[in-house]
Amino acid sequence: MTDILRYRDDDAPMEPVVTISSFADQSNSSAVLIEAGDDVRELLPHLDRLKLAVIDFPRFRDGRGYSSARILREAGYKGEIRAIGDVLVDQIWHMRRCGFDSFAPNSPLDQKVVEESLNRYEHVYQPAADNAVPIWKLRHG
Amino acid sequence: MYQYDKYDQKMVDARVEEFRDQANRRIAGEMTEDQFKPLRLKNGLYLQLHAYMLRVAIPYGTLNSRQMRMLATIARKYDRGYAHFTTRQNIQYNWIKLEQAADILADLATVEMHAIQTSGESIRNVSSDQYAGATADEIVDPRPYAELIRQATSFHPEFSYMPRKFKIAVIASDEDRAAMRLHDLGFKLVRNDKGELGFEVYVGGGMGRTPFVSPLIRDFLPVEHMFSYTEAVLRVWNRWARRDNIHKQRIKILVHQWGAEKMKERIEAEWQEILPNASDIPHKELERIATYFEGPAFDDNAAEDIDLSDPDFKIWVDQNVKPHKHPGYAIANISLKPAEGIPGDASADQIDLMADLAEQYSFDELRVTHAQNIVFAHVKKSDLYALWQKLDAAGLAPANLDLISDIIACPGLDYCSLANARSIPVAQKIAERFSDAEGQRDLGELKLKISGCINACGHHHSGHIGILGVDRKGTENYQLLLGGSGAEDASLGKITGPGFDEDGIVDAVETTVSKYKELREDGERFLDTYRRVGMAPFKEALYD
Repeated sequence: MTDILRYRDDDAPMEPVVTISSFADQSNSSAVLIEAGDDVRELLPHLDRLKLAVIDFPRFRDGRGYSSARILREAGYKGEIRAIGDVLVDQIWHMRRCGFDSFAPNSPLDQKVVEESLNRYEHVYQPAADNAVPIWKLRHG
Repeated sequence: MYQYDKYDQKMVDARVEEFRDQANRRIAGEMTEDQFKPLRLKNGLYLQLHAYMLRVAIPYGTLNSRQMRMLATIARKYDRGYAHFTTRQNIQYNWIKLEQAADILADLATVEMHAIQTSGESIRNVSSDQYAGATADEIVDPRPYAELIRQATSFHPEFSYMPRKFKIAVIASDEDRAAMRLHDLGFKLVRNDKGELGFEVYVGGGMGRTPFVSPLIRDFLPVEHMFSYTEAVLRVWNRWARRDNIHKQRIKILVHQWGAEKMKERIEAEWQEILPNASDIPHKELERIATYFEGPAFDDNAAEDIDLSDPDFKIWVDQNVKPHKHPGYAIANISLKPAEGIPGDASADQIDLMADLAEQYSFDELRVTHAQNIVFAHVKKSDLYALWQKLDAAGLAPANLDLISDIIACPGLDYCSLANARSIPVAQKIAERFSDAEGQRDLGELKLKISGCINACGHHHSGHIGILGVDRKGTENYQLLLGGSGAEDASLGKITGPGFDEDGIVDAVETTVSKYKELREDGERFLDTYRRVGMAPFKEALYD
């Protein structure tokens, strides 16, 4: 397993990950694998027992996982959202904004480049799943 | 027009440094070309046949003289002394070196310009009406809404790796000068019966290899929900579009596959999910943006009369000058379509001259049109003659707006790595064939559009006469289409039959036009005649 880059203070959940369809049926599972074509809304009735949502990126250009993460956050999910697969350093900023808070990519990330890219933009133009205050709000107080 | 505040400037400056870092990592070999490609494309940098091409955003086609001069400077400093205005109101440079690309972006940032999201699978530059703020037929100026959505969709975290590109247009007139219904998402400002402002929302238009005119998805969206509704459209598409075939991933394909009714249901359902999260931008921000578009201080005593005693000037006024909402003013169109030129090209000297003239005669503001021309939106009628003389001396006064030689053409095989055939020489030969000024005017409005491949950058589907270059057994072959329109009566052209070689297509256009002259009734444009009589008589003239 590759190193996990985490932006959470709690301990990383160790539970085994199951598919969305099994998660609904297995009332003792708390970690789920969301694949690119999955409808993440199927999880919403079960959010109370979800601790880890692992979202797979089969190719870095496949951006469906960004919507999956944001939908989970919009529904109030506070647990961990981990990006796995073809995840590249230049994507981390957008993923963080969509609610991802851990990363276990196929190829390890250069931590220095990650930090630089996360600090590059002081502001954002729109609200998302993070706490960044959009520019329009800064303009009007 | 809009001006950056410190926040806008910081965003653009950060982007320059981000791109510089990415380009350096690529040059150092820390990134593969496959990994770098989507990153450079998000900054408008394409690899073409001979060099990199950089596309610079001109938001909704509006820019000031200082920005225009910078475009000339970049043409001289980093390119070969000219540039190309595009069918999406942008400008592109064809001879760029990767090592210099970040420097160009830094130069652009000094005049509040950028190349953010001008290519790749991103939310592209928002297009709008080139007569915005000047024409009497608009409900309000659409550009504040275009600017609002430009900002809100810049660096949008959820929609940065979408299935394909995504193009938005915003208009506010019944007359559609922005080809709104050939965009992925089209907003038309309307008032409801209570007098409130809202949008008709159109989803799923586009050109390319599978063209569609977009269906109406919502007949009234209150303006304050523009952004959340846009997010709903984008999210439905981002989640459910195909990802297995790049040619079937645009939103128009999903709309076609589902049908407009299901698309509407899905978008409305997603919008209801998004609404409680309050992503919409408050009205005071729209008001802030709108103050930049309040319009210049017009002279209420400006003279109405124009001295038309110079016959060449009169011809230009009749063809290229359009009515303005304010008495004593007019909208002047500068055609970048001289008979021997390349459609949409301008030299650095011409760009500088247009900047100077706009400063002197049009409140320091220029517009780029999707037909690859330039507009001075606010010219005093009493200044028109002086303006025309200076334009004419620089080869910038072809009096052919919307005539057969006002051709839209893509760069074609002369530049583009995707093209199958050349567009520019065909455009030039047609312009030459119809160079007789009186003959052109007699033909009236006739929009001719040429693409050098099925990707349709030259908008051939929406030409009254369209030409599509294809590769047929190793030789360039041109198919003829009739009956398209990108205007409020949007329609897609139909192929006449077997294609022609380069000289043959010029003859075929002439045959088509002769047939029209024979068949037309009083006041009919080519398109009207075609719609009345259909394809058959033209086909007979072309092939029998």
